[in-house]
Amino acid sequence: MTTPVLFDIPGPKARARIRIGTAIGSLLILALLAFVLIRLGRNGQLDPQRWAVLFDPRTGVPQTLGRALKNTLQVAAVGMVLATLLGLLLAVGRLSEHGAVRWLAGIYIEFFRAIPLLVVIFALYFLLPKYGIELSAYQALTGGLVLYNSAVLAEIFRAGILSIDKGQSEAAYGIGMRKSQVMVLILLPQATRRMLPVLIAQLVVLLKDSSLGFIIGYFELLRGARSLVEFFSVSFGNTYTFQLYVAAGLIYIVINVLLSQLARYVEKRTRRNKKAAAVGPIEMPVDIEMGGGGGAVPPA
Amino acid sequence: MHGGVAVQFLIDNFPLLWDAFLTTLGLSALAGLLALVLGTLLAAARVSPIPPLRGLATFYVEVFRNTPLTVVFFFLIFGLPQIDMILGFYTGAVLSLGLYTAAFVCEALRSGINAVAAGQAEASRAIGLTFGQSLREVVLPQAFRTVVPPLGNVFIAMVKNSSIAAGFAISELSSLLPRLVNADAGELTAVLIGVVIAYMVITLPMAFGVSRIERRVAILR
Repeated sequence: MTTPVLFDIPGPKARARIRIGTAIGSLLILALLAFVLIRLGRNGQLDPQRWAVLFDPRTGVPQTLGRALKNTLQVAAVGMVLATLLGLLLAVGRLSEHGAVRWLAGIYIEFFRAIPLLVVIFALYFLLPKYGIELSAYQALTGGLVLYNSAVLAEIFRAGILSIDKGQSEAAYGIGMRKSQVMVLILLPQATRRMLPVLIAQLVVLLKDSSLGFIIGYFELLRGARSLVEFFSVSFGNTYTFQLYVAAGLIYIVINVLLSQLARYVEKRTRRNKKAAAVGPIEMPVDIEMGGGGGAVPPA
Repeated sequence: MHGGVAVQFLIDNFPLLWDAFLTTLGLSALAGLLALVLGTLLAAARVSPIPPLRGLATFYVEVFRNTPLTVVFFFLIFGLPQIDMILGFYTGAVLSLGLYTAAFVCEALRSGINAVAAGQAEASRAIGLTFGQSLREVVLPQAFRTVVPPLGNVFIAMVKNSSIAAGFAISELSSLLPRLVNADAGELTAVLIGVVIAYMVITLPMAFGVSRIERRVAILR
C-alpha cells in the first residue's frame, strides 16, 4: 500500500497508540503460542527425538513421505497436462461456429463446474465399477481432477482467446489463413502467454485438490502420513502422530506458497512485457481458487 | 437395469438423503456465518492503519489460500487432539470450512474495497470520520455491493467444498455414495443423480438469489 486513502498517515499520538496496541497484541499472540507450546511440551511433542524420526532414513519415514510426495506431484502434473489439453479443446469448442459443438462444450463446462469435485471422484471410484469399469484410486482421482479442471481452464482459455485484439485474427484471415490456422498459429500462442500466471495459479488449486485422494485412499501425502501413523501406533502408540501430520501439512503449504510466488512473479513479468500486456491481466476468480469444485453455478 | 426399481430405491432411502441434505445445509450455514464475520474482520484488518494487524491478516490469508481444505480438516480433527483439544467431527468440520472460506471472503471483499472510488474515502476523511467510521459507514457498504457476485460464488463454492466433510465421518450428501456402495448399478446411479440434484437445490437458488441481490443493490456509476 503506497498511498493509503482510507486513513491519514498516523501522527505522533496515533503512532504511540499503535505501538501500545501492538505490544498488547504481540503479548496475546505470544501467550497463545506459549499455551500451544506448553501443551505440546507437556505431552512430550517437542522432544527432539520425536522429530528426528522424520529425517532418519532407518525408520523409513523420509522414504515413505517422499514416495507419497511423488504420488501427489504425479497426480497434479498428469492432471494438469491432461486438463490443459482437454480445456483447450473445450475452449475452442465453446468458440466454434457450429451451434451444436458450442452447446455440447457449454453443457460439459457448466455440468462439471456445478457439482462438487468429490462427487465426480466418488462417481468414478464407486459407480463406474458397477458398470464393469474398474478404476484405481489413482485413476479416479486423476480423472476427477481432469474433468473438473478442464471445465475451469476452458473458461480461462476462452477469456484469454477473446482478450486478444480483433485485429490479430482479422489480419490473419486477411493474409489467407484458415480458421484452424488462425486459432493455432495466431490466437493460442498469444493467449497462452497472457494466461501463464493464471495457469500456474490453477496448478496450485489442482495440487490442493489432489489431497482429496486421501478420502478415497490414494497414497498421497496425507494418506502417507496417516498410514505411517497407523504403522507406528502398533509399537509406539501415538508417539509420532503429531510430527507426521505436521510434516505432511507443511510440505503441502511450502510447495503451494512457492508456486503462488512463482505465479505472482510470472504475472509481474507478463505485465511488464509490452507484447503480452496490451490488455489487463486475466484474473482468476476467488471462488475458483478455493478448489474442491469452486466455480459459479450459472444463474437460473 | 430397471428405472422403476432404481427410483423405488431412492424413495426407500429418502430419509437418508433428506438427513444428508439437512447436514450439508446446516454445515454450510454455520460455516458460512463464521466465514462472513471472520472474513469481514480480516478484510478490515488488511486495509487498517496498523501494520502488525495488516501483517497478521495477510499471513492468515496466505496460509489458508495455500493449504488444501482437506489438510485443514485433517489438522482440526486429527491434529488438535494431540494438544488435548478434542473438537468432535461436526464442530471440526464447521470450523475447518469456516476458517478456510474466511480467507477467500477476505480476498473477495478486499477487491471490493479497492474498487470503491478513492474520492469516497478521501471525502469521509475530510469530514473527520475516523478509519473505523469511514470503513463502517462509507467504504464497506459500497464494497459489499460491488462484490455481491464474487462473494456469492465463494459461498456457493463453500457449499460444494462441504463435501470434503464426507472424508471425516460426517454423513453429508457426498458420503451417500460410499455408504450405499453395496447397491446395484442402477440404484447407485439413482443415488448419484439424487445427490447432484440435492446440491443443485442448494446452489441454484443461491446463484439466483445472488443475481437478484446484485441487481437490487447495484451502484450506478
